Amino acid sequence: MSWTRKILRVNLTEGTCTPEPLNMEWANDYLGQRGLASKYLVEEIDPNCDPLGPDNKLIMATGPLTGTAASTGGRYAVVTKGALTGAIACSNSGGFLGNEMKNAGWDMIIFEGKSPEPVYLYVEDDLAELRPAGDLWGKTVWETDDMLHQIHQDPQLRVACVGRSAEQGCLYAGIINDKHRAAGRSGVGTVMASKNLKAVAIRGTKGVGNLDDPEGFFKAVNDAKAVLAENAVTGQGLPTYGTQVLMNVINGIGALPARNMRDVGFEGAENISGEAMHEPRPSDGKPNLTTNAACFGCTIACGRISTVDKNHFTVKNKPEYWGASGGLEYEAAWALGADTGVDDLDALTYANFLCNEDGYDPISFGATVAAAMEMFENGDITTEDTGGLELKFGSAEALTKCAELVASGEGFGKDLGLGSKKLCDKYKRPELSMTVKGQEFPAYDPRGIQGMGLTYATSNRGACHLRSYTVASEVLGIPVKTDPLVTEGKAELVKAFQDATALVDSSGLCLFTTFAWSMENIAPQIDAACEGDWSVERCLEVGERIWNMERDFNRAAGITGKDDRLPKRLVAEPVKEGPTAGQVNHLDEMLPEYYKIRGWTDDGEVTDETRQRLGL
Amino acid sequence: MQRSLHIEPLKCTGCLQCEMACSYHAEGAFNPSRSRIKVFTFHEAGRFAPYTCTQCDEAWCMHACPVEAITTDLDTGAKVVSESKCVGCKVCTIACPFGTINFHHVSGKVVKCDLCGGDPECAKACPTDAITWIDADWTGLERMRASAEKSLAGVAAS
Repeated sequence: MSWTRKILRVNLTEGTCTPEPLNMEWANDYLGQRGLASKYLVEEIDPNCDPLGPDNKLIMATGPLTGTAASTGGRYAVVTKGALTGAIACSNSGGFLGNEMKNAGWDMIIFEGKSPEPVYLYVEDDLAELRPAGDLWGKTVWETDDMLHQIHQDPQLRVACVGRSAEQGCLYAGIINDKHRAAGRSGVGTVMASKNLKAVAIRGTKGVGNLDDPEGFFKAVNDAKAVLAENAVTGQGLPTYGTQVLMNVINGIGALPARNMRDVGFEGAENISGEAMHEPRPSDGKPNLTTNAACFGCTIACGRISTVDKNHFTVKNKPEYWGASGGLEYEAAWALGADTGVDDLDALTYANFLCNEDGYDPISFGATVAAAMEMFENGDITTEDTGGLELKFGSAEALTKCAELVASGEGFGKDLGLGSKKLCDKYKRPELSMTVKGQEFPAYDPRGIQGMGLTYATSNRGACHLRSYTVASEVLGIPVKTDPLVTEGKAELVKAFQDATALVDSSGLCLFTTFAWSMENIAPQIDAACEGDWSVERCLEVGERIWNMERDFNRAAGITGKDDRLPKRLVAEPVKEGPTAGQVNHLDEMLPEYYKIRGWTDDGEVTDETRQRLGL
Repeated sequence: MQRSLHIEPLKCTGCLQCEMACSYHAEGAFNPSRSRIKVFTFHEAGRFAPYTCTQCDEAWCMHACPVEAITTDLDTGAKVVSESKCVGCKVCTIACPFGTINFHHVSGKVVKCDLCGGDPECAKACPTDAITWIDADWTGLERMRASAEKSLAGVAAS
């Protein structure tokens, strides 16, 4: 079975922690993690509730493979109504928190209400209680993590917490576990802080077992591990360069957006690439990259652990930043770098450290700074608004100062904490916000990769690459190569990726395995671990069910087909130069077909027939 | 040939597959808190180090045990705890200079690496060969080979 069949309900208003049995009927229909937690959320909250009010709930959930020896089986998800978007949010994180929750005997933890005072949840196997967090409030993620280890005198404790940015109301604050792994997107940390919940500290010693078919499980898991090891992306590219292997590739095909997506192609891309992270710095002779690192159970190990030159202007005389810590992933390097026009690798790494240290999303942050820079250049924002800061594209000083201000929520940091959409609304340039449903774009320009336009427009949590990563097919040829500049067939591709991704996100596995794995590798692992028959077909149906359920939640929250739109820039301003010169995204060619394939109305509403087919 | 666990920390990524394999073999569940091998993360240095019993020949634990519960498995060289003899006095945990023998509060006995009877699960599970199972008399062979290669380069240059 591999579910623990037990969930923990934490009522923050009442201060109670109550175990209850997992709804196995729902587990059979939604598997775990993203799907199952979304089902609980959809059933339990009013879609129109204030994301930052006590009526919203926040769910931390594992999947059935979390905590097992399946490669990458350590993931957990945070599901809530997102602070940044008002849409259903699901942010997924690796590190070591998910397996610890499972080892303590819990499939998921549901937080409801709002605590009158700052608290943290302490879990030690069956013991679960809320404890005062007055001393932790106002502290960074890194300080909170250290303090909890000290308070409990337990080096093996695992901690997930929010930093100061969340406390200050930054709308794209995440929840950080193990100091540098993040449930990063959509403002799930902002929701957590709004409940006066500072941290979750877990120690689990029960073990994860009860495999439905142990022999079959080890066979499926070992076969799948061999596939990862032999694949060029998961076996070599990702461990060596991390996701940053993409920087030069995406720039090379003319799909790397730059300077708030005003440009496509970044002249400084090489300087901030995965390859550059390996190069010894001229200043101190050491490379930016210290080592690669794995999350729990992961045999890929794409994580970047980096060190900034002690004499770099960002950390000079600040020894707290001289140690190694979570370095740049591709999306962060793009948002902090190409999108702001900054190509100083150590400056980006320092900004990334701050994102981890005070818990905010580097994608949304970088993209918001980029929008602010464009407005500064246009004169919409002046030094009067920024407190004297010269917000120029390409300024590493401006970028890192912005990162410091968002971390503490001071000065112009308050404005930047609004996210790109609300910031651009405030300064009356809404068309300069590069967002869908209020969430900032990641690092692929949909003018150069058509399918990503449809991906962004229809994503249930706002612009996001992790809902259907058609880059795999359109650029890397996985599972089959499609032409990135062609719209034909992309509706089908996007739907297939969305459904498969929803399933992977519900299993406890990492999406990055799908560079090498297809559902034929994944389903047998789930099937052997869980009771019942988990065929490829059933897995895909569960994925489709999850997608439609999320869509229905958003519709009830007032987010409809009208919001499946891209900013005008991406559909009307052609790429100026490079391999994709002259291109725009042709969303309108793909969207009607996509709705049709999904079994939705022409306005993008789920039909009763489709609901019935999927058992919704 | 007698074999020995050989650990190269620089190859370790901190994935804990070894801890899962160990605990599943020993206790029937994936349970890092019950693993006989532990991976330590040195966050600020960006380093990982798997660590377990080195199976000392003149083992402190073995000599300290007042009831002779720890003996040598002659096939593998492992120092093995007899559950039926162990009284849980923990003297061995004090004697061991490396901390690799520990008390288990559920069983009331001590637990340590027993090399899985000669087919260690941790080495099989390690995806990066940070833990290998090699000739006990030649654990330095790879390093020796690398040094030899370096000296060869010196000869060629002269």
